[in-house]
Amino acid sequence: MADLSVNFAGIKSPNPFWLASAPPTNMGSMVERAFDAGWGGAVWKTLGEPIRNVCSRLAAIDLGPQRMIGLNNIELITDRSLDVNLKEIRECKRKYPKHALIVSLMVESRREAWHDIVRQVEDTGADGVELNFGCPHGMSERGMGAAMGQVPEYTSMVTEWVKEASSLPVIVKLTPNVTNIVPPGRAAVKGGADAISLINTINSVMGVNLDTLVPHPNVGGMAAHGGYCGPAVKPIALNMVSELARDREVGVPISGIGGISTWRDAAEFLLLGATTVQVCTAVMHYGYRIVEDMIDGLSNYLDDKGFASVHDIIGRSVERVTDWGNLDLNYKTVARIDHSKCIQCNLCHIACEDGAHQCIPLVQMNGTRFPVVDEAECVGCNLCYLVCPSPGCISMVRLDDGSHPQTWRELSSKQPETMTGD
Amino acid sequence: MSVTHETPITFEQIERNFREIAPPLTEAEAVMEANRCVYCYDAPCTRACPTHIDVPSFIKKIASGNLTGSARVIFDANPIGATCARVCPVDVLCEGACVEKTLMDKPIEIGRLQRYATDAATSRGRELFKAGVSNGKSVGIVGSGPAGLSCATYLARLGYDVTIYERKELPGGLDTYGMASLGELETSHDAVFLGVGLGATARLGIPGEGLEGVYDALDFIERIKTREWASVPIGHTVAVVGAGNTAIDAVTQARRLGAERVLMIYRRSAREMPAYQYEYELAKQDAVEFWWQTAPVEIVADATGSRVASLRCVRMELGEPDASGRRSTQPVAGTEFDIQVDMVVKALGQQKRLDLFGQISGVELDAAGRVRVDKGTMQTGNPKFFAGGDCVNGGREAVDASQMGKLAAQGIHFALTGERVELAGAKIVSPKTSGLH
Repeated sequence: MADLSVNFAGIKSPNPFWLASAPPTNMGSMVERAFDAGWGGAVWKTLGEPIRNVCSRLAAIDLGPQRMIGLNNIELITDRSLDVNLKEIRECKRKYPKHALIVSLMVESRREAWHDIVRQVEDTGADGVELNFGCPHGMSERGMGAAMGQVPEYTSMVTEWVKEASSLPVIVKLTPNVTNIVPPGRAAVKGGADAISLINTINSVMGVNLDTLVPHPNVGGMAAHGGYCGPAVKPIALNMVSELARDREVGVPISGIGGISTWRDAAEFLLLGATTVQVCTAVMHYGYRIVEDMIDGLSNYLDDKGFASVHDIIGRSVERVTDWGNLDLNYKTVARIDHSKCIQCNLCHIACEDGAHQCIPLVQMNGTRFPVVDEAECVGCNLCYLVCPSPGCISMVRLDDGSHPQTWRELSSKQPETMTGD
Repeated sequence: MSVTHETPITFEQIERNFREIAPPLTEAEAVMEANRCVYCYDAPCTRACPTHIDVPSFIKKIASGNLTGSARVIFDANPIGATCARVCPVDVLCEGACVEKTLMDKPIEIGRLQRYATDAATSRGRELFKAGVSNGKSVGIVGSGPAGLSCATYLARLGYDVTIYERKELPGGLDTYGMASLGELETSHDAVFLGVGLGATARLGIPGEGLEGVYDALDFIERIKTREWASVPIGHTVAVVGAGNTAIDAVTQARRLGAERVLMIYRRSAREMPAYQYEYELAKQDAVEFWWQTAPVEIVADATGSRVASLRCVRMELGEPDASGRRSTQPVAGTEFDIQVDMVVKALGQQKRLDLFGQISGVELDAAGRVRVDKGTMQTGNPKFFAGGDCVNGGREAVDASQMGKLAAQGIHFALTGERVELAGAKIVSPKTSGLH
């Protein structure tokens, strides 16, 4: 059986599956049940000056019969006293010495305030701290959370303050509510971060009740934007994780967060550079028990593929991500339709006709109308393949005309005018 | 058993007729169906399964593409999970309890998903469990039915040296080698598990039962299982006496073998029939004739005096419920009539093996002839003997027998080592949350 244990910036964990800082890590009894269920680590619900929450706090988006493909919340950091949290963290770490216990922190932007809280956390025996520079609602209005993460100079500054006061590994949790994730990532490293975690939640309004005309979630007839997470955000998170994984100035371990529900999701984050993954929404939906299949499924996958350790896949796909300008312009694929598997829904035809390049006409064959690809016109965009509901019916086939690979970057270096489009 | 007459349909047609009723799920179908499961916690399906397979867990693993893990969850709680996926009355067990049935009358197809996962694991040939390190103790398992196989699997995983005794491979069978051999088992093993099932089909107790063309339903079905069609007897007109699930098996199989007319003869009405609704529907679809409130009084011979020519029956009327809760029956005088048949199949339920158990000292039977056991450990009145399956419950589903085999494995392990183990699905695990104490 493959070795699932990881060493994340000096923090040892029996497996790469951690609970993200969120309601599932609100208190000691919850974290302990999670460890019993198999979670390798947990990031404690963010500590700081206890807050008052509103009611209600959550809203979700469903897709057909699938509930909660996206979840949004306007809950703030812990509403429990610092002393109670610290006491439970100390007890939890004593009971579970081999699990990774990280404490998420968020206090006002004052050096002494950060020094004070991080020293108290270090005293509990916790394995590390995660600086919450990502929370996009409520706290950001008070100059905390995303308000820190959106300004690289602040990110560096606070990270330095924390490093001054503590020898614990420091993870900086980044907000995705920026136009480019690289500057905040570099700023965290510049400030001395030992690792980075991302993504925190995305600014969002979940919808409007068409009877009351009040957006969700309704707080006394009013609503505020909240933080979006769940399966729907995974592609955004994967992009940001891979952007930082391939940036040479970053170069610290990454804890991947965003829409991870299964071992497959986790494996993708690991391949794109994450050393650990953090989960919240799937646990809020189904409970701590989901980690059992994450461990079992990842372990069976590694065995099937012949990898001895989870470390063998960490970052393995990073080199497969590049800038658009480095892609081969001469690489050519076309769609092929296996008519024995065609169910005559004609979605490929209409998608190509109205959404792509008009190269899948319907053709009368043996008394039945079939979609047929005009390979000379097909641009190989994948749309028909993506909409086809019949497994194995449409495949994308490589056409190799023998031409050498050529990228836009190479082309533009020889013909500078193509860069400007003149 | 001789061949009654050549079937009017070809062997190829018979092969087609005996294919599994529901085809296997394709990968796309399985993933789609698995994703429909809402992944209940403390799930009704798991509670409804006699072996308490963690159904949401194995279905979730199909959805995540972890088929090896899925099969392991199934076989961990039920070593005959691949068989149960095909033979379980799912509509009264897991699928009957499914929340999607409650919600939309469309339960998740748990049985077919279970078949998909176990077939996938079997075809990959990956070893799911290992025999435990030998503990030097040996257990004899008498009978290789569901109870015996289940008990044997768990004991092997716990490190026991397990020997299965099956009468079909022993000349003369258990019935004839009898007590001398059972005595040997008692001395050659540290414990013995009895999963011997039930005995022969009950007799009709009417004249003509010994005629050529009269068969025991279990013998008939067993002959079909060999798939040697030329040696399977079939008549033009077949009367099956009884209305339990075995009777349904007999009528539907007779139809599939090519019998032109198949009758089911039962002394009570459709309302009292013991067969499951699903089985009844199957027989109706096979165009079986149901003769309710009808009882056979004689099997009449042909001119040669040796072969079945007709079945003489009498109409029955129903009275008040008897001690068993079913309505009593009374023949209606002067209503005798003959039905021309050339084959009669007896499907009245199996008799108990009183002869066998009566000779093991300390093993007690209840008034209905079932072996008395401790319900937790399956230990009989003789501390060295454990029992499970039909011989204990009087004849129920394979999945019930499998669970008894599991409980017996726990019981044997405790008796021989003093250690308590809890095998997967041995009992329903109560939810462990802060909200329920």
